[in-house]
Amino acid sequence: MLLTRRVMDLIEVRDVRVAHTRADVVLRPGERAMGGGTWLYSEPQPGLTGILDLMGMGWEPLTRTADTITVAATCTIETLRALPEPLFEQCADSLLASWKIQRTATVGGNIALALPAGSMTSLASSLDAIAVIWTPDGGERRMPVAEFVTGVVTTMLAPGEVLRAIEIPAASLHRTAFRRISRSPMGRTGTLVIGRVDATGETVITVTGGTTRPRQLRFDAPPSAGDVASAVESIDDWYDDPHGAPDWRRAMSMLFAEQIRQELS
Amino acid sequence: MKFTVNDEPVEVDGKPGQVLRSLLRDLDHFEVKKGCDAGDCGACTVLLDGGAVHSCLVPVHRLDGVSVTTVSGLGTVDAPHPMQASFVEAGGFQCGFCTAGLVVTASTFTEDDHDDLPRLLKGNLCRCTGYRSIHDAITGISNVVTATAGHAAGASIAPPAAMRVVTGVEPYTLDVKTTGLVHVAVLGSPHPHARILSIDSSAAEALEGVHAVLTHHDSPDVLFSTGRHEDRNDDPDDTLVFDRVVRFRGQRVAAVVADTVRLAELALGSITVEYELLPAVFDPQQARTPGAPLIHGDKGAESRIAAAERNTVAEFHGELGDVDAAVTSAAASVSGTWTTQRVNHVALETHAARGWLDGDGRLVLRTSSQVPFLVRDELCHIFGLQPERVRVFTARVGGGFGGKQELLTEDLVTLAVMKTGRAVQYEFTREDEFTLAPTRHPMQVSVTVAASADGTLTALAVDQLMDTGAYGNHGVGVMFHSIHESIEVYRCANKRVDAQSVYTNNLPSGAFRGYGLGQVIYAIESAMDELARKLDIDPFELRRRNVIVPGDNFVVTDAEAQSDLSMASYGLDQCLDLAETALDHSLIGPAGWPVGTGMALAMIATIAPRGHFATATVSVLDDGAGVITRALFEIAVGTAEFGNGTTTVHTQLVATALGTTVDRIRIRQSDTDATSYDTGAFGSAGVVVAGKALLAAAEQLRDMIAAQGLTVGLNATAEHDGTPRSVSFNVHAFRVAVNTATGEVQILQSIQSADAGVVLNPEQLRGQIEGGTAQAIGTALFEEVLLDGEGRVTTTALRNYHIPRFVDLPVTEVLFADTHDPLGPLGAKSMSEAPYNPVAPALANAIRDAMGVRSFELPMSRDRLWRLASTHQS
Repeated sequence: MLLTRRVMDLIEVRDVRVAHTRADVVLRPGERAMGGGTWLYSEPQPGLTGILDLMGMGWEPLTRTADTITVAATCTIETLRALPEPLFEQCADSLLASWKIQRTATVGGNIALALPAGSMTSLASSLDAIAVIWTPDGGERRMPVAEFVTGVVTTMLAPGEVLRAIEIPAASLHRTAFRRISRSPMGRTGTLVIGRVDATGETVITVTGGTTRPRQLRFDAPPSAGDVASAVESIDDWYDDPHGAPDWRRAMSMLFAEQIRQELS
Repeated sequence: MKFTVNDEPVEVDGKPGQVLRSLLRDLDHFEVKKGCDAGDCGACTVLLDGGAVHSCLVPVHRLDGVSVTTVSGLGTVDAPHPMQASFVEAGGFQCGFCTAGLVVTASTFTEDDHDDLPRLLKGNLCRCTGYRSIHDAITGISNVVTATAGHAAGASIAPPAAMRVVTGVEPYTLDVKTTGLVHVAVLGSPHPHARILSIDSSAAEALEGVHAVLTHHDSPDVLFSTGRHEDRNDDPDDTLVFDRVVRFRGQRVAAVVADTVRLAELALGSITVEYELLPAVFDPQQARTPGAPLIHGDKGAESRIAAAERNTVAEFHGELGDVDAAVTSAAASVSGTWTTQRVNHVALETHAARGWLDGDGRLVLRTSSQVPFLVRDELCHIFGLQPERVRVFTARVGGGFGGKQELLTEDLVTLAVMKTGRAVQYEFTREDEFTLAPTRHPMQVSVTVAASADGTLTALAVDQLMDTGAYGNHGVGVMFHSIHESIEVYRCANKRVDAQSVYTNNLPSGAFRGYGLGQVIYAIESAMDELARKLDIDPFELRRRNVIVPGDNFVVTDAEAQSDLSMASYGLDQCLDLAETALDHSLIGPAGWPVGTGMALAMIATIAPRGHFATATVSVLDDGAGVITRALFEIAVGTAEFGNGTTTVHTQLVATALGTTVDRIRIRQSDTDATSYDTGAFGSAGVVVAGKALLAAAEQLRDMIAAQGLTVGLNATAEHDGTPRSVSFNVHAFRVAVNTATGEVQILQSIQSADAGVVLNPEQLRGQIEGGTAQAIGTALFEEVLLDGEGRVTTTALRNYHIPRFVDLPVTEVLFADTHDPLGPLGAKSMSEAPYNPVAPALANAIRDAMGVRSFELPMSRDRLWRLASTHQS
């Protein structure tokens, strides 16, 4: 029989390892990699018998060059929130979790968890960030975060793989617009829409929260209202949970996408 | 692993997967509270190396070398931290269970943070206050006063426990060490309706650290109800400690008693149960239809179920005059069906009980209950014990709201203590609160109202159907209460009432603040609002023309009905005037958002019917060398303190009667051994029943002192039987703006006027009204226990069940009518449940006014209001 109750501690966990070197980052049966741990310890984890704590790796949280912001998976959300561009704070504040939790919760943890309301996924996917994945053979692979998250708590991480970092192209931060709604003023996200226009003129509108996975609407040239509307119409995976009905999420996404189009044009 | 807690070095080996919260409590740091164990509520907040964290999410393996500061490390009763002093000065708590976490969190704020409180308090939930007083505490506003000898009544005195609460040293239910304590974990049914064919617990019993596995084989065969009342016959006998038939998902099938919660939980996995699945029904409409699966079809008349063959636990049908004829001849009529959702109490302290045998072999229970005496009496009934062999008591209780007028943990602890002879604890998790603890009754209420052209109400008909769930605890009382004051408040020649309380295989419903009135008032006040529109009469004016006034009888459908209820004082007229005058019709919201106003009223009896008893004693502890203001007095009273503030008022009443100050009063309370009988802290009875007994005792003692002088041991006892009863009134008014494109509601103004008789403690009463309003705004806009249609609760954590946070609430203007009730102590009336009742309909009416279309269901969530607006426009 599965134990599904959360009783103060993670009662089935028998072993916690703190990783210090890449050699330690080999997941054992029943073991799961952990960043801050603020989600892992917050819900029942049936079958979880071991934890591999990545915080001991000592990864540099943020590295910024002219072209790229590299965010370690273990970078805390509080650290990311302090970056100067408004989108970082907007996305951090979109989490239901309090600032106290954001001091420990990590960017990588939020993305790898792959909840629709995970606003680090919103941030990274909307900016065309790249996920850097450590493979069990000691190698590394890369893919867009927008494709990394495939559904509600599902990702492209293969067994034994660990999210190492995300790389945000600095050019994506050229100009952004942000809209979000939840069923209460600072509640868990119903839908979150981020738009951006790059120096090339490309417009990208990304819907998260309202959908089961990040949905990107890309336009080579500034789109018309009709272009945006029909692009939103094409989305077919509106999410249904206690934080909003699918028809409302669709309508709010439509409303915000158009507002963003106007703001960015 | 070495770290420090409040500067004391600690060396301890944490367990894998353990968190700081449970470790700290293992180390007897009981000032760190468990609210949710999920990082949602903030009650367990501590400082880790100076920064605030939710200790329930801090893995113990990261603790080496850190410094931890709890609320008790910030300051002490004698040397409080400035933030602790501020929380006392502001009156910034009620039950105080969230306060430790709030004080720790706020201790890290600077003055610059005061503008950012909505974000900074996102991770701190308070269910009692409505946050205005918490805002005052953080920003340094003082609301409490001290009173000179003999003048405490009417002054905003701080609760006696205030400084202990804010420094974390006031013990709640589980905040005490018991050596050799063992723990209970419960195996719940995975099926909504099933018969247990066999249970094999041998593997679990063989595990090391397991003391017993309890099943229906161990259960007494005495049927009872978890709902508790003065008269045990008020609730149907339909429940066993363990039943062979399970009627909702999660119902107890087996319980493991083991050395630790961890061992007990792990042992559950070794129990094998074979079930025979039974047909189930989840919709009350279907459940009362012939042919539906019977949920208590095995019960006979002795269970006091109205019609077990129709799954009906209680029903009422009555008519006065001729409603149909009145509707036909009316100038205007309105009909509609309103539905209300399941609401969870979310008291921050979960249900919990600890039991043991004392030196004489008597059973002792320390429990989180509103009704320790009723719990004792029912345990005696179930287990065949003599009352003198059982002691039940409560420490300070961390919130109740009706949810702790139930026997949910104590029966199992009793069985486990009797079986093992050990000290046993059973503590609900937050998930248990959502899946096992009874909710507010969801109702479907059809209302018809009709009036003549001058606005005289000529017909009022109510047809109410409520889902009482798998067991009938409070399923009778809530139904009858729901159709009383809600209907009696209106004078009307033609009234018809139909009500049914129906079993389903959903989790049980139970007592919730307002006890059924709120659901029916929501429907009636919404219908009255529509009627006012049709008649083109102002909604305040329509109420004035039709509400009962002194001299009227209280009529449901029997015009000649006699009871012990009387209009001993009347302030409804004042309440209507106060709210109407305070409404500011010039307030507007964001550009393009339509605005509207709405109001609703509520009446409630000051005491629950059918008997509520209290006996109280006041005695002289120290004669103070013959000087009354130096003497020490002790009050002994049975009612419990769970944030309602009755204990504060009790000290005020006694100090006033004796001519002394509140700091000279000591309190013993809510203990079947140490105090005399009290029915319990429900029906808002703490002031008007226990308080009245206490005041009478204090007055007798005063006279005895006058005659005999101040003598240690001198004492007086008085009682009150809860009758006759009076009524109190509340009117709420809102002005709102609504974004019809998104469904967002902005509350521009919130006003509640209250007829509470003489106000004994203005700050506390304001807190009760703000808190009731806050809980009701949660009900009106956000909260919803969701089921999947097959009895499975899908909102099992606070992150999925949104109770109001700081950002969600307006400041409510609280206005008091000027009345004096001769039945209450010093003219006071009760005011704990009442403020909740008019809020949802007032808000619904304001939203209707703004949107031009009415919502018929709660909560009026953004997605629903958006859908309503888009359907209306198209």
